[in-house]
Amino acid sequence: MRSLTFDSTNALCGAVFIGLGGFFIYQSLNLDIGTALRMGPGYFPLVLAIILALLGVVILVQSTRVEGEPFGPIALRGMAFILPAPIVFGLTVRGLGFVPSLFLIALIAAFASARMKAPMAVVIAIAITLFSVVVFSYALGLPFQRFGPWVRF
Amino acid sequence: MDLFSNLALGFYTAASPENLFFCLVGVLLGTLVGVLPGIGATATIAMLLPITFQLEPVSSLIMLAGIYYGAQYGGSTTAILINMPGESSSAVTAIDGYQMARRGRAGAALSIAALGSFFAGTVSTFLVAIFAIPLTVIALKFGAAEYFSLMIVGLVSSVALAHGSIVKALAMVVLGLLLGLVGTDIYTGAPRFTLGIREYADGLNFVAVAVGVFGVAEILRNLEGEKTRTVLMSKVSGLWPTREDFKRMVGPVLRGTVIGSALGILPGGGAILAAFASYTVEKRISDKPQEFGQGAIAGVAGPESANNAGAQTSFIPLLTLGIPANPVMALMVGAMIIQGIVPGPNVAAEQPALFWGIIASMWIGNLMLVVLNLPLIGLWVKLLTIPYYVLFPIIMAFCSIGVYSVNSNVYDLYAVAFFGFVGYVLVKLRCEPAPLLLGFVLGPLLEENLRRAMILSRGDPTTFVTRPISAILLLIALAVLVVVFLPSVKAKREEVFQEED
Repeated sequence: MRSLTFDSTNALCGAVFIGLGGFFIYQSLNLDIGTALRMGPGYFPLVLAIILALLGVVILVQSTRVEGEPFGPIALRGMAFILPAPIVFGLTVRGLGFVPSLFLIALIAAFASARMKAPMAVVIAIAITLFSVVVFSYALGLPFQRFGPWVRF
Repeated sequence: MDLFSNLALGFYTAASPENLFFCLVGVLLGTLVGVLPGIGATATIAMLLPITFQLEPVSSLIMLAGIYYGAQYGGSTTAILINMPGESSSAVTAIDGYQMARRGRAGAALSIAALGSFFAGTVSTFLVAIFAIPLTVIALKFGAAEYFSLMIVGLVSSVALAHGSIVKALAMVVLGLLLGLVGTDIYTGAPRFTLGIREYADGLNFVAVAVGVFGVAEILRNLEGEKTRTVLMSKVSGLWPTREDFKRMVGPVLRGTVIGSALGILPGGGAILAAFASYTVEKRISDKPQEFGQGAIAGVAGPESANNAGAQTSFIPLLTLGIPANPVMALMVGAMIIQGIVPGPNVAAEQPALFWGIIASMWIGNLMLVVLNLPLIGLWVKLLTIPYYVLFPIIMAFCSIGVYSVNSNVYDLYAVAFFGFVGYVLVKLRCEPAPLLLGFVLGPLLEENLRRAMILSRGDPTTFVTRPISAILLLIALAVLVVVFLPSVKAKREEVFQEED
């Protein structure tokens, strides 16, 4: 992984804020701005978005004056396995049902660490699923379908 | 006397078997996450928030509060035994606590920390009880303009106390405010920033944002460089401090309690700042300053008392004004709103059992912590040997269940992933997530009060400076901002946060 310097971290940071500010400014302009007396839905967000973009500019300008510091490693493997977990749960919980869906995401998230071995991951996923079904489904009575239409015969 | 009848009601509520149970669960969970470095109280509360929705409002808030101060206790155990703060507020404890442990006095250090915390917790619980009512009375006089100005004070202070660059922290607040506005405009019903997704018309789910920005982002950060921890000692003996130790801890504990209580009330303040302030004071007034860093008892007793006192008194602005002082309190606001309670001065009058129950439970929880923690230290130490990779799937599973259970809205789960990513990117860009969350919670309130104040004053913006309370609050906000930007303070501030890392 390429090690970036502190300057570029801050420059990127400034750019991100300018971008976000720009996005919110653009979106606010499509709304009714109104007047200071009777503010429309766009008034307050527009003001905030402009401030955000300006702060981004300040950060960007400052970044040219500060000394460097490494960017550090990026958890690519972590992102690849952790971030999909809630998405997969969202996509499958209604179709597969609570139990298979939960097992699936526990298994996915287990592989986020490079140290995880496959048999261990399966054991952990089963344990999590059993525990959650007992606690959430039976004890707390959350209204989830345990098995959904996709896995019913 | 009113205070005593109120406290009696509180203890009656908090001592019901059910609430005692949830208080216990809360403090145990809190200690657990406090002990584990890398997983903070904020992340845990964010993750456990949804689970508590199934409970009664009182029980759920008691449990969440328990997690918060339980984490303060647990954090110090890790700090003393492995020289790594389990919680950021116990970073100072690690300095002298670990040195005591290396000299074979781990047991004494742990019990000094626990006893100091308990004393501070007791005093500050009473402070919360004493100040709650008068402040509520003042708060009831607040109009839209005052609320707006008060929130500005809160946001500005959170900026002042965030790590790193002030400008970045300001930008994070503003971004948080903007994200808080996503959803339907309250006056006109116009959808804002929903990108045409109907499921976001009610706004972004607070729990999803909190879990993403704090929970998921924190896991990703832990996954960056996986390290193995070494525990200094598996067996801790000689728990009870000697008579000499007691004599030397009295002063620091008392001063720590005062400092912590005062700083905890400040919006944006709380436990971390209190611990640092106390350490600095103890070092300055000590007749043997060279002992600090070599295992000084005062260096453990003072900061530990201060961080616990600060943790308790940061409930004061929340319970009386409905304004969160730090991200954990912002999460409590979220919990109250979802339970159908509007945080603010009316809570004390309308829900006395809830209000006083929470206050009383703090003292009960602190007692539980002292009684439980010292005997259970062996267990907590064992916990430190659990490999982290086992925790990640567990946390992700609970997060997903929790977030989904709030509204059964799958879009909330997508928001978790999205904000997990955003949170991680922001962390990598050295932006502190705490101000963002505070802004997110306060965004809609801020806008509503601004618009209402403007309508009431017929579009005259001077209303914020002509109303005395509002003017004073804005002056405070301005003063804080000026002070942080002063070169000397800026240098000192960077130094303090440097030490913390």
